[in-house]
Amino acid sequence: MSIIAATPKSSKSSLRWAISDVLTIARRNLLALVRIPTSLVFAVIQPVMFVLLFRFIFGNVIQVPGGVYVNFLIPGILVQTTIFGALGTTIGLAEDLQRGLIERFRALPMARMAVLTGRTVADFVRNIGVVIIITFVGMAVDFRPSGSFVSYIQACLLMLIFAYCLSWGFAFVGLAAPNSETAQAMAFPVIFPLTFASSIFVPVAKLPGWLQPFAINQPVSQCADAVRGLMLGTPHGASTWITLAWAIGAIAVLAPLATAQYRKVA
Amino acid sequence: MSDFAVEALSVVRTFRDGEVRALDGVTLHVPRGEVFGLLGPNGSGKTTMIRILSTILKPTSGTATVNGVDVVKHPDAVRRSIGLAGQYATVDENLTGYENLRMIGLLNHLDKSFVVQRCHELLEQFGLTDAANRTTKTYSGGMRRRLDLGAALVANPPLLFLDEPTTGLDPQSRQDMWGTIEGLVEGGTTVLLTTQYLEEADRLAKQLVVLDHGRIIAEGTSQELKTRLGSTVLSITFTSTDDARRGREIIADLSPKDAIIEGTVVDLTVDRGPALAAEALRRLDSAGITLAGLSLREPSLDDVFLNLTGHKAEDETILVTEESPTGRRGRKART
Repeated sequence: MSIIAATPKSSKSSLRWAISDVLTIARRNLLALVRIPTSLVFAVIQPVMFVLLFRFIFGNVIQVPGGVYVNFLIPGILVQTTIFGALGTTIGLAEDLQRGLIERFRALPMARMAVLTGRTVADFVRNIGVVIIITFVGMAVDFRPSGSFVSYIQACLLMLIFAYCLSWGFAFVGLAAPNSETAQAMAFPVIFPLTFASSIFVPVAKLPGWLQPFAINQPVSQCADAVRGLMLGTPHGASTWITLAWAIGAIAVLAPLATAQYRKVA
Repeated sequence: MSDFAVEALSVVRTFRDGEVRALDGVTLHVPRGEVFGLLGPNGSGKTTMIRILSTILKPTSGTATVNGVDVVKHPDAVRRSIGLAGQYATVDENLTGYENLRMIGLLNHLDKSFVVQRCHELLEQFGLTDAANRTTKTYSGGMRRRLDLGAALVANPPLLFLDEPTTGLDPQSRQDMWGTIEGLVEGGTTVLLTTQYLEEADRLAKQLVVLDHGRIIAEGTSQELKTRLGSTVLSITFTSTDDARRGREIIADLSPKDAIIEGTVVDLTVDRGPALAAEALRRLDSAGITLAGLSLREPSLDDVFLNLTGHKAEDETILVTEESPTGRRGRKART
């Protein structure tokens, strides 16, 4: 009568199951994204609004080296959007915890790491979609990347990896907050200075002097510089490598932190 | 293999660095193939016990085995042999009924084609076939609860934990749930069920334990407990507290149990309700005491507690936030 689930015997098959679990959870999160209209608005409409706002309203008064602001803007917006995508991880995990879904997952013979990894992977996939959409929206408002196609793809991969690594920090916030509203409120004070006190919207040289040392050296500026350099074919120094170093450093610290918090709360 | 589906020995679980003792040395032996009931009010430790047995929470001390496997040493093996469902009906709102079941099946590492077939079977069994492709956000409370139970059954586990399966359900849905649980047990499943309702424990559970403040205060078959507790409560309402005190003296010897007085109401647990009610009326009438009301009812959980502990089954809301180590989340009391 009882049909007991297959027992993974070798380490190979348990890795296979872990991957299967991550994909199952990621699929579930992506389905939710499509089904909750507000999350789609958050993911797609908001960055499009940012593009239009800066392109047509603020853009005329912002002077950038090279002259064409839209070419400066779109790589920045792409970086900003992929980082903001991590808020999905924060809110999603906080809600799952609140509703007791994580508790149900914990009573299943699934891979422990699949809940967090599946969540961050889902947001990675969503970011891929958003990057493609914003690229086309950008082109529709005269964005003309002058770098090669290959370096455009490299730029996209760089920011997707960077955002993925940071998202583990936002997973931690989602698991540490008492509910999803507080989780958002906790994430914003981190995400705003990182994205706005950076080279995303304006050259760092235009920022107030006291802010510049932070703005120049913080990881989001490095990422924006690297992505912009790759997309526009302009020199960008060591920013690509610095961004990758930040990404690796971030995930090395944040992933264990989020995992420990997951063990603690659920 | 152990003779018992669940064996727990002196399980203790504390929260807040030992300040709160949710479970204080609970020993359980759940036989295979029947319904075993954990009866108690909110905060008595029922849910904490279920969470420990389903490997969600580790005991502070004591040991527990599920289907012969230690829950702390081999949690993954335990997880493969259990199903968990409860009052919070944790289904994913953004997925359809079918997708919810499919997800749980895949996370149980079952064969894909088996999962698909099993999902349809369960949707059919729980009358959800028509709603299978609707997101569960649109489901009623009873539908969610059925889906939640379905999810616990996807892997056909030999042991099922049901945490207050009918709390908050309407009478019809409750009857349906009872029928379903009885059907599962007939099919060979062992069920460990928590409940706040004496009626439910009586109807379903062959054996039960009564928990209060993390301790077992009574155990036995429901028949044994009922015999101990008396089968009917005679409840008399007087017009003043003075009358109530006098009346209590007069009728106290009608039952070997203590008559319990609260304000103008005196409750007496009796075995032969109607006959004793008539006798009580005669005595009170000849003493010249006028009554405001009189009723005979089935004993409630409150009566059980009054009888066993002398205090009411309080709603221990203090435990609400202490249930998880960080004191987090606006969860309802789940102890």
